[in-house]
Amino acid sequence: MTALAGIRVIELAREPIAFVGKLCGDMGADVILVEPPGGDPCRNYPPFLDDTPGEDRSLYWWHYNSSKRSVVIDLDDEDGRERFRALVATADVLIEGEPPGRLAALGLDYGDLIEHRADLVHVSVTPFGRNDPKSDLPATDLTLLAGGGPMWSCGYDDHSLPPVRGPQQGYQTAANFAFLSVLTALAYRGVSGEGQFVDLSQHAALNVTTEGSSIRWLTARSTVQRQTGRHASVTPTTKTSQLCADGRLASTGAGARNQEQFALLHEWLKELDLESQLPEAVFLEMGANWEGHLNMGLIGEDDAVTAIFGAGREAMKLIASTLTAQEFFVQSQRKGFTSAVINSPEEAFEDEHFKARGFHVDVHHEDIDRTITYPGAPYPLPACPWQISRRAPKLGEHDEEVFSELT
Amino acid sequence: MPEALSSFRICDFTGQLAGAGATKWLASFGAEVIRIEDPVNEGRWDILRSRAPTVDGNSSVNLSGSFNNHNTRKHGITLNLRTERGKEILAELVKISDVVTENFSKGVLERWGFGYERLKELRPDIIYVSHSGFGHRGPYGDFKSWGPVVQAISGLTFASGLRDQEPAGWGYSFMDHTGAYYMAMAVLLAIIHRQRTGEGQWVDLAGTEAALTLHGPALLDWTVNHRPTRRPGHPDSNRNLWPPMAPHGVYPCDGDDDWVAIACRNQGEWEALAALINEDWCADPAFADVEGRLATQDALDAYIVGWTAERNKFDVQGALHEIRVPAAAVQKPEERIDLDPSTENFGLWCKVVHPEIGAVRVEGHPVHFSKTDWSIESGGPCLGEHTEEALGRLLGLSSEEVDELREEGVI
Repeated sequence: MTALAGIRVIELAREPIAFVGKLCGDMGADVILVEPPGGDPCRNYPPFLDDTPGEDRSLYWWHYNSSKRSVVIDLDDEDGRERFRALVATADVLIEGEPPGRLAALGLDYGDLIEHRADLVHVSVTPFGRNDPKSDLPATDLTLLAGGGPMWSCGYDDHSLPPVRGPQQGYQTAANFAFLSVLTALAYRGVSGEGQFVDLSQHAALNVTTEGSSIRWLTARSTVQRQTGRHASVTPTTKTSQLCADGRLASTGAGARNQEQFALLHEWLKELDLESQLPEAVFLEMGANWEGHLNMGLIGEDDAVTAIFGAGREAMKLIASTLTAQEFFVQSQRKGFTSAVINSPEEAFEDEHFKARGFHVDVHHEDIDRTITYPGAPYPLPACPWQISRRAPKLGEHDEEVFSELT
Repeated sequence: MPEALSSFRICDFTGQLAGAGATKWLASFGAEVIRIEDPVNEGRWDILRSRAPTVDGNSSVNLSGSFNNHNTRKHGITLNLRTERGKEILAELVKISDVVTENFSKGVLERWGFGYERLKELRPDIIYVSHSGFGHRGPYGDFKSWGPVVQAISGLTFASGLRDQEPAGWGYSFMDHTGAYYMAMAVLLAIIHRQRTGEGQWVDLAGTEAALTLHGPALLDWTVNHRPTRRPGHPDSNRNLWPPMAPHGVYPCDGDDDWVAIACRNQGEWEALAALINEDWCADPAFADVEGRLATQDALDAYIVGWTAERNKFDVQGALHEIRVPAAAVQKPEERIDLDPSTENFGLWCKVVHPEIGAVRVEGHPVHFSKTDWSIESGGPCLGEHTEEALGRLLGLSSEEVDELREEGVI
């Protein structure tokens, strides 16, 4: 049994909320995507199957619309609205990202819909919330990340370069909160039998997804500054990325932290015959033989402690420069150091760890008779597993089977 | 107002943001979150307990702004799990809890004798959610991580950067936040499943795996078209490939490190922007349609920089909003927290009065529920703040018994 089996979710197609429906559908909900005549424009987004644009060939569409059925309803037409009300009467959840006022003008807002489905959970996703006039203004993933805070912390040491976004993560972060809201409301409905309306602000979602940027300001009124590839900080920190022998980057992390790790690091340096290349190696030995607590908090205050931790970082960088990034990552982690290789998404996807955890998921597309490998579950729930129950739908593919059930 | 999750109790070992952030959401909706901490090392298995920032610059396990922010409304008790009595009390707590949450490295709970099999003996329908960077299963199960490691391994660091530069990555632990959201989802999905079947389960959440799901279309481009994201000229993440837009970028403004983001989604928005800027280059035939603008994006961006650089970022934002073109100033923390009516009016920043910190603001949540909205009326617990109250109320221990436990070093 899947977690959301028997839960019907209506999603009014819009780019920023497509991910919410996918999260619901892949956990077993019966997600019905309501598209306008002509279809959701996202159907035409690249990349395309075999790089050839065309109907039902958008991989973007495939990803965000797995485990959904599609129906076409024209909400600007009274017959369409009537059909939509009948559909909502069969639903548990409505997810929509319509501009504020649009559903009310159509007579299809929460207050109208509960006449047809009293325990409906209705989640509205808008840029600034339903009651903020700014929600009428156009917004994109980029502008949300800029205004909402994440971008201020991301970029380079060189501040003549612009702040940088993590693409899609503005929409996806808000979508994560929308799914959390659906689940929270459903858990309550499971106890009380009651549905409700949820007003989500994408701007607010990003504002509370900035870690130190918000907390530093809220607590101490201090402002973090962006740095290349590491935490934005009030005071500059040391660079942790290192070019490896294969031209890829590794993140060397904090290096050794205690006596045992300094001894290990020193040994590793000797094994690789690199000790002579690191004049500071003597401080690794000092770290290994340190009496009492080696306090990182004294870096910058105590000369010996500063030299020891500095030597630890330099030793990690030197070692990383002589190995491939993957070798450095695996070998250093096996020795207990918290390090990483900076993978591209496809390099991560091909890593044995994720394959062993079952992250490669094959989905058969019967319409083109091809099996496509998709990214798998974000969370393994063994009693009610995540699964892609069907490929993304063609426009109106399920009109007949869905509408024929409606009274 | 009723609370959405008040019928659920969580026995909570989480720390930092990747774990504590998950139970913060649950606590804000009324779940009873009992945070268990070690009295011997004063709860420092959560490294944030004694970390900066603090309001007054002093440091102690009760003064951290980060810890306070991530642990609002939770109950805090101390329990020394090196002692037999401590383990007995934990066993009693598990029996009356719906969920056990933790984000230790693999093996910590097992070493204390509280692996999933034992938890299930104590409470057959227990929901156990562990969250670590690599998960417990798989070749890297013993590896250690924190947010930046999760982001580097999963491709999130790589995907964020400018052309011909090394990755900019994330200037914070984005995956501590997002991993916490997925952890809270896992708890709620398991609760909903248990409501319907009576069945519990163990969720072995891996932050790196949750992170990998955030690259969907790029991964399908790889599995279907064999196109890697590691290719010349890519990533260039302030630009937009899906769908293609131009102009689309972050442009400098007049001011100290001031920037504005602009995105033209379609021809109409470009024409409106060109009419607003109204300089000769706007009429260049090279920029007439989106194909042309994409092909000449560097030149186009250079012109736009020329226009934005002498203007205030909020003026540009306002002017573009007038003509309904997507734009946003890159907001600094002060601008979005203290000076932005959109966050203020949403009630996003909450004031709590902490027994040692005093009045301090914390982050709320980006939603409002019409019947069971969240509330945050207290900050993070001081070390052991609720030990006596919780052990009395939940396990029926008298204050004399609690005093004895304290003398014996159990709490």
